[in-house]
Amino acid sequence: MAAAGGSGGCWFLALALGVSLLKCLLIPTYHSTDFEVHRNWLAITHNLPVSQWYYEATSEWTLDYPPFFAWFEFALSHVAKYFDQEMLVIQNLNYSSQATVFFQRLSVIFTDILFVYAAHECCRYVNGKRPGKELLEKPMFVLAVLLLWNFGLLIVDHIHFQYNGFLFGLMLLSVARLFQKRHLEGALLFAVLLHFKHIYIYVAPAYCVYLLRSYCFTENKADGSLKWSSFSFLRITLLGLIVCLVSALSLGPFAVLGQLPQVISRLFPFKRGLCHAYWAPNFWALYNAVDKTLAVVGIKYKFLDPEKIPKASMTGGLVQEFQHTVLPSVTPLATLICTFISILPSVFCLWFKPQGPRGFLQCLILCALSSFMFGWHVHEKAILLAILPLSLLSVESPKRAGIYLILTTTGHFSLFPLLFTPPEIATKILLMLLFTVYSFSSLRALFRKEGRLLNWLETIYLIALVPLEIFCEIVFPLTPWKLKFPFIPLLLTSVYCALGITYAWLKLYVSVLTESVTVRQKAE
Amino acid sequence: MEKWSLMTITVLLGLIVRWTVSFGSYSGAGKPPMYGDYEAQRHWQEVTYNLPIKQWYFNTSDNNLQYWGLDYPPLTAYHSLLCAYVAKLINPDWIALHTSRGYESQPHKLFMRATVLIADLLVYIPAVILYCCYLKETSTKKKIASALCILLYPSLILIDYGHFQYNSVSLGFALWGVLFLSYDWDLLGSLAFCLAINYKQMELYHSLPFFCYLLGKCFQKGLTGKGLVLLIKIAFTVVASFAICWLPFCTEVEQILQVLRRLFPIDRGLFEDKVANIWCSLSVLIKIKNVMSPQTQLKLSFAFTFLTLLPACIKLTLQPSLRRFKFALVSCALSFFLFSFQVHEKSILLVSIPVCLMINEIPLMCTWFLLVSTFSLLPLLLKDGLLLAYVVTTLAFLTVCATSFSIFEKTSEEDLQLKSLSLSIRGYIPSFRAFPKIIKSLFIVSVTLMGILTLMSATLTPPQKLPDLFPVSVSVVSCLHFLFFLTYFNAIVLWDSRNGRNQKKIN
Repeated sequence: MAAAGGSGGCWFLALALGVSLLKCLLIPTYHSTDFEVHRNWLAITHNLPVSQWYYEATSEWTLDYPPFFAWFEFALSHVAKYFDQEMLVIQNLNYSSQATVFFQRLSVIFTDILFVYAAHECCRYVNGKRPGKELLEKPMFVLAVLLLWNFGLLIVDHIHFQYNGFLFGLMLLSVARLFQKRHLEGALLFAVLLHFKHIYIYVAPAYCVYLLRSYCFTENKADGSLKWSSFSFLRITLLGLIVCLVSALSLGPFAVLGQLPQVISRLFPFKRGLCHAYWAPNFWALYNAVDKTLAVVGIKYKFLDPEKIPKASMTGGLVQEFQHTVLPSVTPLATLICTFISILPSVFCLWFKPQGPRGFLQCLILCALSSFMFGWHVHEKAILLAILPLSLLSVESPKRAGIYLILTTTGHFSLFPLLFTPPEIATKILLMLLFTVYSFSSLRALFRKEGRLLNWLETIYLIALVPLEIFCEIVFPLTPWKLKFPFIPLLLTSVYCALGITYAWLKLYVSVLTESVTVRQKAE
Repeated sequence: MEKWSLMTITVLLGLIVRWTVSFGSYSGAGKPPMYGDYEAQRHWQEVTYNLPIKQWYFNTSDNNLQYWGLDYPPLTAYHSLLCAYVAKLINPDWIALHTSRGYESQPHKLFMRATVLIADLLVYIPAVILYCCYLKETSTKKKIASALCILLYPSLILIDYGHFQYNSVSLGFALWGVLFLSYDWDLLGSLAFCLAINYKQMELYHSLPFFCYLLGKCFQKGLTGKGLVLLIKIAFTVVASFAICWLPFCTEVEQILQVLRRLFPIDRGLFEDKVANIWCSLSVLIKIKNVMSPQTQLKLSFAFTFLTLLPACIKLTLQPSLRRFKFALVSCALSFFLFSFQVHEKSILLVSIPVCLMINEIPLMCTWFLLVSTFSLLPLLLKDGLLLAYVVTTLAFLTVCATSFSIFEKTSEEDLQLKSLSLSIRGYIPSFRAFPKIIKSLFIVSVTLMGILTLMSATLTPPQKLPDLFPVSVSVVSCLHFLFFLTYFNAIVLWDSRNGRNQKKIN
């Protein structure tokens, strides 16, 4: 927006600088417990030998990210000591002096440089089919804004406090490398990423299948199907080597120390409930809601005996362990199976109807979305894993743009409960409006000739988010229900957003599967 | 993209920057016994809510004028009263008489910040948007760019949302005045400007250009016919709007006199603190305050102010045009700032806002001026703990101006509006074409100098013998800049009028 003139990459720099300055302005805002989590990790990695990292438990926020992230904190801690020594003391729980806040916030802003670079790389490979237009309506420019100024990333990283920026930077960079046919580099980046934060394992199937199918098999038959004889052992060895080396570098030291089981148990805490305290807007939120409704209806019409119903389910929506009353309870294994089944079609599609890197990207988004839909203890923030890569596709076709608008708007809206302090309510609403107005108007301008991006039902659904927000943040606190049913705004938000995200997921799935059919027909 | 959505985005960006700056500290935060402007505004709410209107400006047992007594015109007082009613609804402790003195809390800060945002949203921002939307002979892109630059102008944001004041109200009303005048709605324009003066007496800096422009317009229409009617109408509007604003005080002459005494405190001296004007800078060499009697100081400052603003005002009266009116607003306000009596550092805003209005015409010079004006506030902002916000908003402003107007490429004589001046210089020195080069290198030198001084003020502790070293050097450097700009803007006004016809031909 700022860069109306200028030449070449000047506008990109201006956009990146602009958003970095905005991030600096967010330094004094509210930060969540994640701030303390990362401070604690700084202290742990700074003071203890490697062998103690995954055992230390003075704070409740124990180290539960893979080793690379621990090393990252270790490196940061050596800069941190020049800001404030006290933050590196393990016993200083909830320590947040001004210098600490300043350092931690700045570390996020600076590591975001990787994200900026990745966004730059992605913008170079976007389909610039209509060059010579006004800068503001070039797909490159739109994509740059959608990535750099992404609302979710801004509030999760720079208000709520996390380090997603550079991690998504790694992911986007590896995607960009695959687009550039630099497969080994892409694989290396992704392997490294996995050892920074293991949540990215959700999209690993897409990487595996794509690299195996389109890199290890060097040729296709004339009809596009697999040519077994073209399998390259050299390539698969190289890939295997990369993965093994990275894993050895990361987990090796702990394997030598015999701590691997301890590390794994920290990384995958299955003891937590099906849903996070605030239900992420996925299939299980809908499932829980249906269960609750059935329970209430059942008691009212005497189908159920109130005596036999577990207490927790009736008192809260904020309770971690949610016991289902009517529908069967869900086990981790069940969610795993559901996730697996939901990912399967997209992976098959990638294997049998390869469409190059674009097909890979679609599969990656579908993997991310499917695991968000059915995963165990999913955080609402995980929706960014689908939103950011989908930005790349949104500027290429009007159909994807429509899905993108639904997914981002609902997904971002579902992040609202992360920020609840009064000053931040205004901030989040303004930022959300900024991003939403921009994404709608820019994508509509981009596909002006292709007609409308959303049908009337989708439009109504999205517009209804406004009254929902007004009800949850302004009207509800004034009503007497506030004390009796404090969970209602969260419940409403999560169920309503779950509808939109499920819809976007289904729509994307259907369009990817049907499109690949038409592609094949064209080929025939 | 459509114009309205770009404008919406621009406004949202402006709002986001404003709101995030307001998370920072404010003047006098946690500094008893006097606190700062934040406490002053809160105190006025307390006073106006609890005392009868007759006591507002008088020293009584309930109203100690030594402690942030009301010293702004009635509209400010009414605004405080309005805020006080809202405050009463939320938490009566905020405005309780006597006991609320020095009240500070997070919810209260949020409330105060919100009142600034609402006032800004109602008065200043719409004026900026309308002004930019109706700029003549400008592309949509330029309009959006101007709006973005004006809305992101750092000083106003830092003073209103950091330091804490309501400058956007009075400046917004003045802007409405300019807007109405440019559509020939002279009566509405004068009404808006009267509101501005009645909100803050500092708006008098702008009064001469308004007066001269309207007078010149009446002259143009002929003082015997239509012009006289217009003049009478305008005079009536001004008198009526003043009368309405001052109505509650019109019961006694003593009331009015007391308000006036509060508004123009002549006994407070030539200047306070460190101001980037000529008197403060000169006192580095000569202690003017000690050499002359206050009466002489008053006369001297009056004489200088009057002399420096005379040329622009005369030109404007004789040949009123909108363009010249805007330039006169700048040069008059700048003369007042540099030479008049009892100037505050914040008064530079009165110069900056008219400069903002010309940013699409002379982007480089305006950006430069606006950067200097923000820099001149540095000592104040440092005192308030707003260094981070200052650095960030200034850099953002520079980035936005540089990319949206590509200021470094537009340095030809036409772009600097110096064509006619250099033409007449070429009459004496035929080969004179140095303006673009000089200006460009001066700009770079000055920006570097400001950067270095900012860095030094922020990090170094001054030597014990010279505790005010950095504030004074900031003031002197800014003052030199302002003198340069005064010459520049006056040169444009004067040469523009002499070669007005030539210019039209060239264009």
